[in-house]
Amino acid sequence: MILVREDLCDFCGVCVSVCPPDCIELREAEIRIDHEACTECKLCVYVCPVETLEYVETSHERAV
Amino acid sequence: MNERYDVVVVGAGPAGSVAAWHAAIGGAKVLLLEKDRDIGPPVRCAEGVAADSLKLVVEPDKSFIQNEIEGLRLYAPNGQMVPLISDDRGYILNRKVFDWYLAQLAAKAGADVRTKAYVNGLLFEDGHVAGVTFQSLGKTFRVHSKIVIGADGVESRVGRWAGLRTQLKLKDIETCVQFTLGNIEVDRRYCDFYFSRNLAPGGYVWVFPKGDGTANVGLGISGLEAQKLGRSPISYLRDFVEQKFPGAPVITTTIGGVPVAKTLKRIVTSGLMLVGDAARQVNPVSGGGIVSGMIAGKIAGQIAAEAVRAGDTSEKFLKRYEKEWHKAEGRNHEIFYRVKEAIHRFTDDELNAIASSFLELPEGERTLVNLFKIALKQKPSLILDVFAIFKDQAKSAMRASV
Ligand SMILES: Cc1cc2nc3c(=O)[nH]c(=O)nc-3n(C[C@H](O)[C@H](O)[C@H](O)COP(=O)(O)OP(=O)(O)OC[C@H]3O[C@@H](n4cnc5c(N)ncnc54)[C@H](O)[C@@H]3O)c2cc1C
Ligand code: SF4
Ligand code: SF4
Repeated sequence: MILVREDLCDFCGVCVSVCPPDCIELREAEIRIDHEACTECKLCVYVCPVETLEYVETSHERAV
Repeated sequence: MNERYDVVVVGAGPAGSVAAWHAAIGGAKVLLLEKDRDIGPPVRCAEGVAADSLKLVVEPDKSFIQNEIEGLRLYAPNGQMVPLISDDRGYILNRKVFDWYLAQLAAKAGADVRTKAYVNGLLFEDGHVAGVTFQSLGKTFRVHSKIVIGADGVESRVGRWAGLRTQLKLKDIETCVQFTLGNIEVDRRYCDFYFSRNLAPGGYVWVFPKGDGTANVGLGISGLEAQKLGRSPISYLRDFVEQKFPGAPVITTTIGGVPVAKTLKRIVTSGLMLVGDAARQVNPVSGGGIVSGMIAGKIAGQIAAEAVRAGDTSEKFLKRYEKEWHKAEGRNHEIFYRVKEAIHRFTDDELNAIASSFLELPEGERTLVNLFKIALKQKPSLILDVFAIFKDQAKSAMRASV
């Protein structure tokens, strides 16, 4: 699953712009990933300018 | 709040505010919604614009201009400096003030403005977009409207909710970091650009002086390169600053993404129009999207008001905006898109060779158009077709869309 290090996130929206299932919710200072809808394609991880997002292997049960 | 509006605009960046402004001028009842608490900050931008193109939409005002730029200087990978001559002047804006100023123009023309208003969905009637839902201060609101204008920036979710395909490919996003550095030695007359695979693969470094001893120093790298190399722009920027401006105080850190794509195939559907970054209306070579988004916003606002007056907000009517946009800028962006792809394919050695041949030209001929000509000669196989279109279009295009 994709982990967000909220202390690094600057809420810029770059991850949102590439996310295929549109499963990232971004507000002024709040970001949430819908792990049910996430396909773990990792595109968001590649484009985040400041290495906020991290992919960790977990069983789906643990992710939710 | 359960009101009805003619036009709801989502996002109070330059594109959204100008759209709201022109829709209101055209007589429409307009609501402009912004998710952040303030209009302007956070500024995710290097703040450079061409003076002539800005004037197409708004009269320059000293309240939002921080510095005037006389020219551009490009640096080849080997450090060779390539100064470009041009009649055009540029400005470094203060976007905190600028964005606020544009929203103010919309408000003065009669638009309602609401901040801390996070739009989280669209309303539909018979398959036609008919308003938005938004959350503000713990409550959810529904607002009905004849037209929604999505100006929600790089994220561009509003269009997706209506079935428009806004998702960016990795090769079409520049992932960017910028430091505003204080107390550094820069010539305030020039904007500098550095090209090299080592400095910024699939992108470039910029140094835009704000005129008071500070400068926006940033870079973008292609999303595709970020994936391939497993490196983020922040690590590249730290390296560059360490080399060029060691020890300089970092006053602000800004991050963001630039959609260096062609305009989306569809930017309207029944009851909905997209403008600015949301429609991918950025010059793909320079990454400049302020003025082109405003040009789109102006056209979209005008046509939205016409549609309301005509009582016809169908996709067919709104397509007038799409057509006008392509005439004004969109077609040029298609050419620039191919140029961008070519530039990204040049090796550092090829870029050095281009710089050297260019510097053999007499000073008076060192224009951007001639630079492109030399670059295209370097790789004729790639872009013969671009060259042909370029010859007659380049001049006016460059003027309008830096
Ligand atoms: C690092 C960097 C440097 C740049 N430098 C330059 C430059 O020098 N010159 C240039 O011309 N361009 C530059 N650009 C590009 C330029 O900043 C953009 O093209 C421009 O801001 C686009 O304007 P816009 O109105 O379309 O979108 P934005 O300015 O991004 O505005 C979108 C607005 O919508 C709001 N919003 C988003 N979602 C919602 C929602 N769901 N509900 C309510 N509101 C929402 C956002 O909060 C935001 O205020 C740069 C970009 C970056 C990232
Ligand atoms: S790209 Fe990174 S910094 Fe930007 S909103 Fe997404 S997680 Fe946050
Ligand atoms: S991994 Fe893919 S699907 Fe999941 S949030 Fe990131 S971009 Fe979206």
